[in-house]
Amino acid sequence: MSAIRLENLDISYGETRITHGISLDIAEGESFALVGESGSGKSTVLRAIAGLAPEWTGRIELLGRPRGHGIDKAKVRDCQMVFQDPYGSIHPRKTIDATLSEPLAIHGFGNRDERVEEMLKAVGLDRRFRFRFPHQLSGGQRQRVAIARALMLEPRILLLDEPTSALDVSVQAEILNLLKRLRREQNLTFLLVTHNLPVVSFLCERLAVMRQGRIVEVANVDQLKKGAFAEPYSRELFTASGGV
Amino acid sequence: MSAPLLELENLRVSFPTAHGRVEVVKGISFTLGRERLGIVGESGSGKSMTGRSILKLIRSPGKVTADRMTFDGVDLLGQSERQMRAIRGARISMVMQDPKFSLNPVMTVGDQIAEALRFHARLSKGERKARVLSMLEAVRIDDPERVSRLYPHEVSGGMGQRIMIAMMLIPEPDLLIADEPTSALDVSVQSQVLDIIDDLIRTKGMGLIFISHDLNLVSRYCDRILVMNSGRVVEECAASELADASHPYTRGLLAAMPRLDETREELPVLDRASWGGT
Repeated sequence: MSAIRLENLDISYGETRITHGISLDIAEGESFALVGESGSGKSTVLRAIAGLAPEWTGRIELLGRPRGHGIDKAKVRDCQMVFQDPYGSIHPRKTIDATLSEPLAIHGFGNRDERVEEMLKAVGLDRRFRFRFPHQLSGGQRQRVAIARALMLEPRILLLDEPTSALDVSVQAEILNLLKRLRREQNLTFLLVTHNLPVVSFLCERLAVMRQGRIVEVANVDQLKKGAFAEPYSRELFTASGGV
Repeated sequence: MSAPLLELENLRVSFPTAHGRVEVVKGISFTLGRERLGIVGESGSGKSMTGRSILKLIRSPGKVTADRMTFDGVDLLGQSERQMRAIRGARISMVMQDPKFSLNPVMTVGDQIAEALRFHARLSKGERKARVLSMLEAVRIDDPERVSRLYPHEVSGGMGQRIMIAMMLIPEPDLLIADEPTSALDVSVQSQVLDIIDDLIRTKGMGLIFISHDLNLVSRYCDRILVMNSGRVVEECAASELADASHPYTRGLLAAMPRLDETREELPVLDRASWGGT
Protein backbone atom coordinates (compact mmCIF):
# COMPACT_ATOMS: atom_id res chain seq x y z
CA MET A 1 0.00 0.00 0.00
CA SER A 2 1.24 3.47 -0.65
CA ALA A 3 1.60 5.75 2.35
CA ILE A 4 1.25 8.97 0.37
CA ARG A 5 -0.28 9.25 -3.07
CA LEU A 6 -0.61 12.58 -4.82
CA GLU A 7 -2.48 12.88 -8.06
CA ASN A 8 -2.41 15.98 -10.20
CA LEU A 9 -2.06 18.23 -7.20
CA ASP A 10 -2.37 21.97 -7.86
CA ILE A 11 -1.91 24.10 -4.76
CA SER A 12 -2.64 27.83 -4.62
CA TYR A 13 -2.15 30.62 -2.13
CA GLY A 14 -4.96 33.00 -3.06
CA GLU A 15 -4.58 33.95 -6.70
CA THR A 16 -1.12 32.49 -7.04
CA ARG A 17 -0.77 28.93 -8.24
CA ILE A 18 2.22 27.38 -6.48
CA THR A 19 2.39 23.83 -7.81
CA HIS A 20 1.32 22.38 -11.13
CA GLY A 21 0.16 18.80 -11.48
CA ILE A 22 2.23 17.09 -8.79
CA SER A 23 1.84 13.31 -8.86
CA LEU A 24 3.79 11.08 -6.50
CA ASP A 25 3.48 7.63 -5.05
CA ILE A 26 5.39 6.92 -1.85
CA ALA A 27 5.32 3.40 -0.46
CA GLU A 28 4.78 2.62 3.18
CA GLY A 29 8.07 2.52 5.05
CA GLU A 30 9.85 4.45 2.31
CA SER A 31 11.95 7.55 2.90
CA PHE A 32 11.39 10.05 0.12
CA ALA A 33 12.89 13.50 -0.44
CA LEU A 34 11.66 16.58 -2.24
CA VAL A 35 14.59 18.77 -3.29
CA GLY A 36 14.79 22.08 -5.10
CA GLU A 37 15.52 25.78 -4.68
CA SER A 38 13.53 28.16 -2.50
CA GLY A 39 10.28 28.97 -4.21
CA SER A 40 10.11 25.64 -6.03
CA GLY A 41 7.00 24.69 -4.04
CA LYS A 42 8.49 21.76 -2.13
CA SER A 43 7.43 22.98 1.32
CA THR A 44 3.98 23.85 -0.04
CA VAL A 45 3.44 20.23 -1.05
CA LEU A 46 4.24 19.20 2.53
CA ARG A 47 1.88 21.80 3.94
CA ALA A 48 -0.96 20.63 1.70
CA ILE A 49 -0.47 17.03 2.82
CA ALA A 50 -0.49 18.16 6.46
CA GLY A 51 -3.65 20.20 5.89
CA LEU A 52 -1.97 23.58 6.36
CA ALA A 53 -2.51 24.75 2.77
CA PRO A 54 -6.17 24.00 2.15
CA GLU A 55 -6.51 25.56 -1.32
CA TRP A 56 -5.75 22.66 -3.61
CA THR A 57 -7.32 20.64 -6.36
CA GLY A 58 -6.45 17.10 -7.35
CA ARG A 59 -6.17 14.20 -4.95
CA ILE A 60 -4.21 13.51 -1.77
CA GLU A 61 -4.36 9.98 -0.36
CA LEU A 62 -2.83 8.99 2.94
CA LEU A 63 -2.51 5.26 3.67
CA GLY A 64 -5.03 4.50 0.96
CA ARG A 65 -7.69 6.97 2.08
CA PRO A 66 -8.28 10.38 0.47
CA ARG A 67 -7.99 13.45 2.64
CA GLY A 68 -10.38 16.38 2.56
CA HIS A 69 -9.53 20.04 2.64
CA GLY A 70 -10.25 20.63 6.32
CA ILE A 71 -8.57 19.52 9.51
CA ASP A 72 -9.14 15.84 9.99
CA LYS A 73 -8.42 14.25 13.35
CA ALA A 74 -7.81 10.79 11.92
CA LYS A 75 -5.31 12.19 9.39
CA VAL A 76 -3.54 14.11 12.13
CA ARG A 77 -2.96 10.86 13.94
CA ASP A 78 -1.54 9.20 10.84
CA CYS A 79 0.60 12.02 9.64
CA GLN A 80 2.66 14.54 11.62
CA MET A 81 5.08 17.26 10.67
CA VAL A 82 8.45 18.50 11.99
CA PHE A 83 9.30 22.08 11.07
CA GLN A 84 12.56 23.71 10.15
CA ASP A 85 13.13 26.08 13.01
CA PRO A 86 13.08 24.55 16.49
CA TYR A 87 13.22 28.08 17.90
CA GLY A 88 9.90 28.98 16.33
CA SER A 89 7.92 25.75 16.32
CA ILE A 90 7.61 25.02 20.06
CA HIS A 91 5.38 27.08 22.35
CA PRO A 92 7.78 29.26 24.36
CA ARG A 93 5.60 29.44 27.47
CA LYS A 94 4.77 25.77 27.83
CA THR A 95 7.03 23.24 29.48
CA ILE A 96 8.29 20.35 27.40
CA ASP A 97 5.90 18.15 29.39
CA ALA A 98 2.90 20.31 28.43
CA THR A 99 3.99 20.40 24.77
CA LEU A 100 4.25 16.63 24.62
CA SER A 101 1.07 15.92 26.63
CA GLU A 102 -1.21 18.24 24.66
CA PRO A 103 -1.68 16.04 21.57
CA LEU A 104 -2.37 13.08 23.88
CA ALA A 105 -5.10 15.00 25.69
CA ILE A 106 -6.69 16.17 22.43
CA HIS A 107 -6.81 12.67 21.02
CA GLY A 108 -7.84 11.05 24.29
CA PHE A 109 -4.80 8.86 24.87
CA GLY A 110 -4.37 7.35 28.31
CA ASN A 111 -1.11 6.66 30.18
CA ARG A 112 0.10 10.14 29.37
CA ASP A 113 2.73 10.22 32.03
CA GLU A 114 4.41 7.04 30.84
CA ARG A 115 4.09 7.96 27.18
CA VAL A 116 5.87 11.28 27.71
CA GLU A 117 8.59 9.61 29.73
CA GLU A 118 9.06 6.93 27.09
CA MET A 119 9.17 9.39 24.21
CA LEU A 120 11.80 11.55 25.91
CA LYS A 121 13.92 8.44 26.20
CA ALA A 122 13.31 7.49 22.57
CA VAL A 123 14.56 10.83 21.28
CA GLY A 124 17.55 10.79 23.60
CA LEU A 125 16.56 13.52 26.04
CA ASP A 126 17.32 13.17 29.72
CA ARG A 127 14.20 13.15 31.91
CA ARG A 128 15.37 16.26 33.75
CA PHE A 129 14.39 18.25 30.64
CA ARG A 130 10.74 17.29 31.05
CA PHE A 131 9.68 20.25 33.14
CA ARG A 132 11.89 22.83 31.49
CA PHE A 133 10.93 25.54 29.02
CA PRO A 134 12.18 25.67 25.42
CA HIS A 135 14.49 28.62 26.09
CA GLN A 136 16.42 26.49 28.56
CA LEU A 137 17.30 24.02 25.80
CA SER A 138 19.85 24.16 22.99
CA GLY A 139 18.81 24.10 19.33
CA GLY A 140 19.53 20.39 18.98
CA GLN A 141 17.61 19.53 22.14
CA ARG A 142 14.68 21.62 20.92
CA GLN A 143 14.60 19.81 17.60
CA ARG A 144 14.51 16.54 19.58
CA VAL A 145 11.46 17.90 21.41
CA ALA A 146 9.84 18.83 18.07
CA ILE A 147 10.43 15.30 16.79
CA ALA A 148 9.10 13.84 20.05
CA ARG A 149 5.97 16.00 19.77
CA ALA A 150 5.37 14.79 16.25
CA LEU A 151 5.75 11.17 17.33
CA MET A 152 3.48 11.37 20.41
CA LEU A 153 0.40 10.22 18.49
CA GLU A 154 2.28 7.27 17.00
CA PRO A 155 1.84 8.44 13.41
CA ARG A 156 2.90 6.27 10.50
CA ILE A 157 3.99 9.14 8.30
CA LEU A 158 6.39 11.90 9.26
CA LEU A 159 6.65 15.05 7.15
CA LEU A 160 10.04 16.72 7.69
CA ASP A 161 10.55 20.29 6.49
CA GLU A 162 14.30 21.03 6.49
CA PRO A 163 14.65 19.43 9.94
CA THR A 164 18.37 20.11 10.27
CA SER A 165 19.13 23.24 8.27
CA ALA A 166 18.98 25.51 11.33
CA LEU A 167 21.49 23.33 13.19
CA ASP A 168 25.29 23.09 13.37
CA VAL A 169 26.91 20.18 11.52
CA SER A 170 27.75 18.22 14.66
CA VAL A 171 24.19 18.62 15.95
CA GLN A 172 22.81 17.84 12.49
CA ALA A 173 24.62 14.49 12.62
CA GLU A 174 22.94 13.64 15.94
CA ILE A 175 19.46 14.53 14.65
CA LEU A 176 19.97 12.64 11.37
CA ASN A 177 21.08 9.55 13.29
CA LEU A 178 18.03 9.90 15.55
CA LEU A 179 15.63 10.15 12.59
CA LYS A 180 17.19 7.14 10.93
CA ARG A 181 16.94 5.07 14.09
CA LEU A 182 13.33 6.09 14.82
CA ARG A 183 12.30 5.23 11.29
CA ARG A 184 13.83 1.77 11.63
CA GLU A 185 12.30 1.15 15.09
CA GLN A 186 8.81 2.41 14.30
CA ASN A 187 8.62 1.58 10.59
CA LEU A 188 7.83 5.19 9.70
CA THR A 189 7.38 6.69 6.25
CA PHE A 190 9.41 9.88 5.76
CA LEU A 191 8.72 12.69 3.35
CA LEU A 192 11.66 15.06 3.70
CA VAL A 193 11.97 18.51 2.18
CA THR A 194 15.52 19.82 1.87
CA HIS A 195 17.99 21.52 -0.42
CA ASN A 196 20.86 19.60 1.09
CA LEU A 197 21.64 16.66 -1.20
CA PRO A 198 24.12 14.92 1.15
CA VAL A 199 21.33 14.70 3.75
CA VAL A 200 19.14 13.00 1.14
CA SER A 201 21.95 10.60 0.39
CA PHE A 202 22.15 9.66 4.07
CA LEU A 203 18.47 9.44 4.94
CA CYS A 204 16.42 8.67 1.83
CA GLU A 205 15.85 6.03 -0.83
CA ARG A 206 14.25 8.12 -3.54
CA LEU A 207 13.97 11.78 -4.37
CA ALA A 208 11.99 14.12 -6.58
CA VAL A 209 13.64 17.24 -7.97
CA MET A 210 11.25 20.20 -8.09
CA ARG A 211 11.47 23.45 -9.99
CA GLN A 212 8.93 26.24 -10.30
CA GLY A 213 6.10 24.14 -8.89
CA ARG A 214 6.72 21.10 -11.09
CA ILE A 215 8.47 17.81 -10.59
CA VAL A 216 11.43 17.73 -12.95
CA GLU A 217 12.65 14.24 -12.21
CA VAL A 218 12.17 11.35 -9.81
CA ALA A 219 15.38 9.45 -9.11
CA ASN A 220 16.62 6.84 -6.66
CA VAL A 221 19.44 7.48 -4.27
CA ASP A 222 21.96 5.42 -6.26
CA GLN A 223 21.51 7.81 -9.14
CA LEU A 224 22.08 10.67 -6.70
CA LYS A 225 25.28 9.09 -5.36
CA LYS A 226 26.66 8.75 -8.87
CA GLY A 227 25.20 12.01 -10.13
CA ALA A 228 23.48 10.02 -12.86
CA PHE A 229 20.49 12.28 -13.42
CA ALA A 230 18.56 12.42 -16.67
CA GLU A 231 17.59 16.10 -16.47
CA PRO A 232 20.13 18.93 -16.86
CA TYR A 233 18.53 20.88 -13.99
CA SER A 234 19.06 17.97 -11.57
CA ARG A 235 22.67 17.72 -12.65
CA GLU A 236 23.04 21.46 -12.05
CA LEU A 237 21.86 21.02 -8.45
CA PHE A 238 24.23 18.08 -8.07
CA THR A 239 27.27 20.09 -9.21
CA ALA A 240 26.28 23.06 -7.04
CA SER A 241 26.32 20.72 -4.04
CA GLY A 242 29.94 19.87 -4.76
CA GLY A 243 29.34 16.76 -6.84
CA VAL A 244 31.59 15.96 -9.79
CA MET B 1 55.16 37.45 0.69
CA SER B 2 55.01 41.23 1.08
CA ALA B 3 54.30 42.91 4.44
CA PRO B 4 51.16 41.46 5.97
CA LEU B 5 47.91 43.31 5.46
CA LEU B 6 46.50 42.46 8.84
CA GLU B 7 48.21 41.37 12.03
CA LEU B 8 46.32 40.18 15.07
CA GLU B 9 47.99 39.15 18.27
CA ASN B 10 46.18 37.83 21.32
CA LEU B 11 42.76 39.19 20.38
CA ARG B 12 40.22 38.90 23.17
CA VAL B 13 36.56 39.85 23.15
CA SER B 14 34.46 39.74 26.30
CA PHE B 15 30.93 40.58 27.39
CA PRO B 16 29.65 41.16 30.93
CA THR B 17 27.08 38.75 32.34
CA ALA B 18 25.48 38.22 35.71
CA HIS B 19 28.39 35.88 36.53
CA GLY B 20 31.18 38.27 35.57
CA ARG B 21 32.80 38.89 32.18
CA VAL B 22 32.65 36.04 29.71
CA GLU B 23 35.30 35.81 27.04
CA VAL B 24 33.91 34.79 23.66
CA VAL B 25 37.23 35.15 21.85
CA LYS B 26 40.08 33.88 24.00
CA GLY B 27 43.34 35.18 22.61
CA ILE B 28 43.64 34.44 18.93
CA SER B 29 46.51 35.53 16.69
CA PHE B 30 46.98 35.44 12.95
CA THR B 31 48.48 37.43 10.12
CA LEU B 32 46.88 37.88 6.75
CA GLY B 33 48.49 38.85 3.47
CA ARG B 34 46.71 39.39 0.19
CA GLU B 35 45.29 35.90 0.41
CA ARG B 36 42.06 34.11 1.16
CA LEU B 37 41.68 33.03 4.77
CA GLY B 38 38.75 30.93 5.98
CA ILE B 39 37.54 30.96 9.58
CA VAL B 40 35.34 27.96 10.35
CA GLY B 41 33.47 27.03 13.49
CA GLU B 42 30.06 26.21 14.89
CA SER B 43 27.62 28.65 16.48
CA GLY B 44 29.17 30.31 19.47
CA SER B 45 32.76 29.58 18.45
CA GLY B 46 33.58 33.30 18.25
CA LYS B 47 34.22 33.42 14.49
CA SER B 48 31.82 36.29 13.78
CA MET B 49 33.06 38.23 16.81
CA THR B 50 36.58 37.94 15.42
CA GLY B 51 35.44 39.42 12.11
CA ARG B 52 33.50 42.19 13.76
CA SER B 53 36.28 43.18 16.11
CA ILE B 54 38.61 43.84 13.17
CA LEU B 55 36.23 46.58 12.06
CA LYS B 56 35.71 47.65 15.69
CA LEU B 57 32.01 46.97 15.36
CA ILE B 58 31.68 45.59 18.87
CA ARG B 59 29.83 48.07 20.98
CA SER B 60 30.05 48.64 24.70
CA PRO B 61 29.57 46.79 27.05
CA GLY B 62 31.47 44.34 24.85
CA LYS B 63 35.21 44.80 25.20
CA VAL B 64 37.98 44.12 22.68
CA THR B 65 41.62 43.88 23.70
CA ALA B 66 44.67 42.77 21.78
CA ASP B 67 48.42 42.99 22.13
CA ARG B 68 48.54 44.04 18.53
CA MET B 69 45.92 44.72 15.88
CA THR B 70 47.34 46.49 12.84
CA PHE B 71 46.00 46.89 9.36
CA ASP B 72 48.49 47.94 6.67
CA GLY B 73 50.68 49.56 9.34
CA VAL B 74 47.78 51.36 11.07
CA ASP B 75 47.10 50.46 14.69
CA LEU B 76 43.35 49.80 14.65
CA LEU B 77 42.99 49.83 18.43
CA GLY B 78 44.30 53.39 18.60
CA GLN B 79 41.96 54.75 15.96
CA SER B 80 39.16 57.09 16.99
CA GLU B 81 35.62 56.42 15.86
CA ARG B 82 36.06 59.17 13.28
CA GLN B 83 39.27 57.68 11.89
CA MET B 84 37.65 54.24 11.80
CA ARG B 85 34.92 55.59 9.53
CA ALA B 86 37.56 56.40 6.92
CA ILE B 87 38.82 52.80 7.11
CA ARG B 88 35.48 51.02 7.20
CA GLY B 89 34.11 50.60 3.73
CA ALA B 90 37.03 52.28 1.99
CA ARG B 91 39.84 49.96 3.09
CA ILE B 92 38.13 47.08 4.92
CA SER B 93 34.57 46.15 4.15
CA MET B 94 32.23 43.44 5.26
CA VAL B 95 29.53 41.41 3.55
CA MET B 96 26.88 40.26 5.99
CA GLN B 97 24.77 37.14 6.05
CA ASP B 98 21.32 38.23 5.04
CA PRO B 99 20.70 40.80 2.29
CA LYS B 100 17.11 41.17 3.49
CA PHE B 101 18.21 42.83 6.70
CA SER B 102 21.39 44.51 5.57
CA LEU B 103 20.13 46.66 2.70
CA ASN B 104 18.24 49.91 3.26
CA PRO B 105 14.63 49.15 2.31
CA VAL B 106 13.71 52.75 1.40
CA MET B 107 16.61 53.49 -0.94
CA THR B 108 17.06 52.27 -4.49
CA VAL B 109 19.83 49.80 -5.16
CA GLY B 110 21.73 52.29 -7.33
CA ASP B 111 21.61 55.04 -4.69
CA GLN B 112 22.83 52.66 -1.99
CA ILE B 113 25.81 51.55 -4.01
CA ALA B 114 26.60 55.15 -4.97
CA GLU B 115 26.41 56.23 -1.32
CA ALA B 116 29.61 54.37 -0.51
CA LEU B 117 31.36 56.19 -3.35
CA ARG B 118 29.97 59.57 -2.39
CA PHE B 119 31.36 59.12 1.09
CA HIS B 120 34.77 57.78 0.17
CA ALA B 121 35.65 59.38 -3.19
CA ARG B 122 35.12 62.69 -4.95
CA LEU B 123 33.45 61.99 -8.25
CA SER B 124 30.94 63.79 -10.43
CA LYS B 125 27.40 62.48 -10.57
CA GLY B 126 27.92 61.04 -14.06
CA GLU B 127 31.16 59.27 -13.13
CA ARG B 128 29.50 57.85 -10.06
CA LYS B 129 26.66 56.43 -12.08
CA ALA B 130 29.04 54.87 -14.59
CA ARG B 131 31.02 53.26 -11.76
CA VAL B 132 27.83 51.87 -10.18
CA LEU B 133 26.65 50.36 -13.45
CA SER B 134 30.00 48.79 -14.24
CA MET B 135 30.17 47.38 -10.69
CA LEU B 136 26.71 45.84 -11.07
CA GLU B 137 27.90 44.32 -14.29
CA ALA B 138 30.97 42.95 -12.51
CA VAL B 139 28.72 41.06 -10.09
CA ARG B 140 26.96 39.65 -13.14
CA ILE B 141 23.65 41.46 -12.98
CA ASP B 142 21.94 41.67 -16.36
CA ASP B 143 20.44 45.01 -17.23
CA PRO B 144 22.20 47.03 -14.48
CA GLU B 145 20.38 50.18 -15.60
CA ARG B 146 17.02 48.68 -14.61
CA VAL B 147 18.24 46.95 -11.44
CA SER B 148 19.83 50.15 -10.11
CA ARG B 149 16.39 51.73 -10.02
CA LEU B 150 14.82 48.86 -8.02
CA TYR B 151 14.25 48.75 -4.27
CA PRO B 152 15.65 45.83 -2.22
CA HIS B 153 12.25 44.13 -1.83
CA GLU B 154 11.99 43.89 -5.62
CA VAL B 155 15.08 41.70 -6.01
CA SER B 156 15.68 38.03 -5.14
CA GLY B 157 17.94 36.85 -2.33
CA GLY B 158 20.79 35.94 -4.65
CA MET B 159 20.57 39.26 -6.44
CA GLY B 160 20.38 41.10 -3.09
CA GLN B 161 23.58 39.42 -2.01
CA ARG B 162 25.29 40.37 -5.29
CA ILE B 163 24.14 43.94 -4.77
CA MET B 164 25.65 43.92 -1.30
CA ILE B 165 28.92 42.60 -2.71
CA ALA B 166 28.88 45.36 -5.34
CA MET B 167 28.32 47.92 -2.58
CA MET B 168 31.18 46.56 -0.50
CA LEU B 169 33.65 46.33 -3.36
CA ILE B 170 32.98 49.61 -5.15
CA PRO B 171 35.33 51.70 -2.97
CA GLU B 172 38.01 49.11 -3.85
CA PRO B 173 38.93 48.01 -0.33
CA ASP B 174 42.11 46.06 0.44
CA LEU B 175 40.39 43.58 2.68
CA LEU B 176 36.95 42.02 2.43
CA ILE B 177 35.40 40.26 5.42
CA ALA B 178 32.59 37.96 4.32
CA ASP B 179 30.56 36.69 7.28
CA GLU B 180 28.46 33.72 6.11
CA PRO B 181 27.86 35.52 2.80
CA THR B 182 25.84 32.69 1.29
CA SER B 183 24.11 30.83 4.10
CA ALA B 184 20.80 32.58 3.36
CA LEU B 185 21.02 31.50 -0.28
CA ASP B 186 20.14 28.36 -2.22
CA VAL B 187 22.96 25.95 -3.10
CA SER B 188 22.70 26.75 -6.79
CA VAL B 189 23.03 30.50 -6.18
CA GLN B 190 25.64 29.98 -3.49
CA SER B 191 28.40 28.92 -5.85
CA GLN B 192 27.58 31.73 -8.30
CA VAL B 193 27.95 34.36 -5.55
CA LEU B 194 31.17 32.81 -4.25
CA ASP B 195 32.63 32.60 -7.75
CA ILE B 196 31.97 36.32 -8.16
CA ILE B 197 33.66 37.16 -4.85
CA ASP B 198 36.56 34.90 -5.75
CA ASP B 199 36.97 36.42 -9.19
CA LEU B 200 36.94 40.00 -7.89
CA ILE B 201 39.35 39.18 -5.08
CA ARG B 202 41.85 37.67 -7.51
CA THR B 203 41.68 40.41 -10.13
CA LYS B 204 41.96 43.24 -7.60
CA GLY B 205 44.57 41.46 -5.44
CA MET B 206 42.64 41.91 -2.22
CA GLY B 207 42.69 39.96 1.03
CA LEU B 208 39.65 37.96 2.04
CA ILE B 209 38.45 36.64 5.39
CA PHE B 210 35.68 34.14 4.74
CA ILE B 211 33.74 33.27 7.88
CA SER B 212 31.50 30.22 7.65
CA HIS B 213 30.30 27.09 9.40
CA ASP B 214 30.64 25.09 6.19
CA LEU B 215 34.01 23.33 6.06
CA ASN B 216 33.63 22.13 2.49
CA LEU B 217 32.69 25.52 1.14
CA VAL B 218 35.59 27.20 2.91
CA SER B 219 38.07 24.62 1.68
CA ARG B 220 36.89 25.20 -1.88
CA TYR B 221 37.30 28.98 -1.79
CA CYS B 222 40.22 29.67 0.55
CA ASP B 223 43.98 29.19 0.68
CA ARG B 224 44.28 28.79 4.41
CA ILE B 225 41.83 27.75 7.13
CA LEU B 226 41.51 28.50 10.83
CA VAL B 227 39.19 26.23 12.77
CA MET B 228 37.70 27.85 15.87
CA ASN B 229 36.04 26.25 18.85
CA SER B 230 34.82 28.09 21.96
CA GLY B 231 36.84 31.21 21.30
CA ARG B 232 40.14 29.56 20.41
CA VAL B 233 41.83 28.56 17.19
CA VAL B 234 42.18 24.80 17.45
CA GLU B 235 43.67 24.15 14.05
CA GLU B 236 45.37 26.06 11.29
CA CYS B 237 46.08 24.44 7.95
CA ALA B 238 46.27 24.92 4.21
CA ALA B 239 42.87 24.42 2.62
CA SER B 240 44.23 21.65 0.43
CA GLU B 241 45.36 19.73 3.51
CA LEU B 242 42.06 19.94 5.36
CA ALA B 243 41.45 16.23 4.86
CA ASP B 244 44.62 15.54 6.88
CA ALA B 245 43.59 17.78 9.78
CA SER B 246 44.88 16.47 13.08
CA HIS B 247 42.79 18.11 15.81
CA PRO B 248 39.99 15.86 17.07
CA TYR B 249 37.46 18.69 16.77
CA THR B 250 38.25 19.30 13.09
CA ARG B 251 38.27 15.59 12.40
CA GLY B 252 34.96 15.24 14.21
CA LEU B 253 33.37 18.04 12.18
CA LEU B 254 34.59 16.53 8.92
CA ALA B 255 33.29 13.10 9.82
CA ALA B 256 29.91 14.40 11.03
CA MET B 257 29.04 15.81 7.62
CA PRO B 258 26.99 13.56 5.38
CA ARG B 259 28.51 13.10 1.92
CA LEU B 260 26.86 13.05 -1.48
CA ASP B 261 27.86 9.42 -1.91
CA GLU B 262 27.01 8.51 1.68
CA THR B 263 27.29 4.83 2.58
CA ARG B 264 27.63 5.00 6.36
CA GLU B 265 24.74 3.60 8.38
CA GLU B 266 25.35 6.11 11.15
CA LEU B 267 27.18 9.44 11.30
CA PRO B 268 29.90 9.72 13.94
CA VAL B 269 28.93 12.21 16.62
CA LEU B 270 31.39 14.62 18.20
CA ASP B 271 32.70 13.38 21.48
CA ARG B 272 32.91 16.74 23.17
CA ALA B 273 34.85 15.40 26.12
CA SER B 274 37.85 14.41 23.99
CA TRP B 275 39.25 17.91 23.62
CA GLY B 276 37.64 19.53 26.65
CA GLY B 277 35.51 21.88 24.59
CA THR B 278 31.95 23.08 25.09
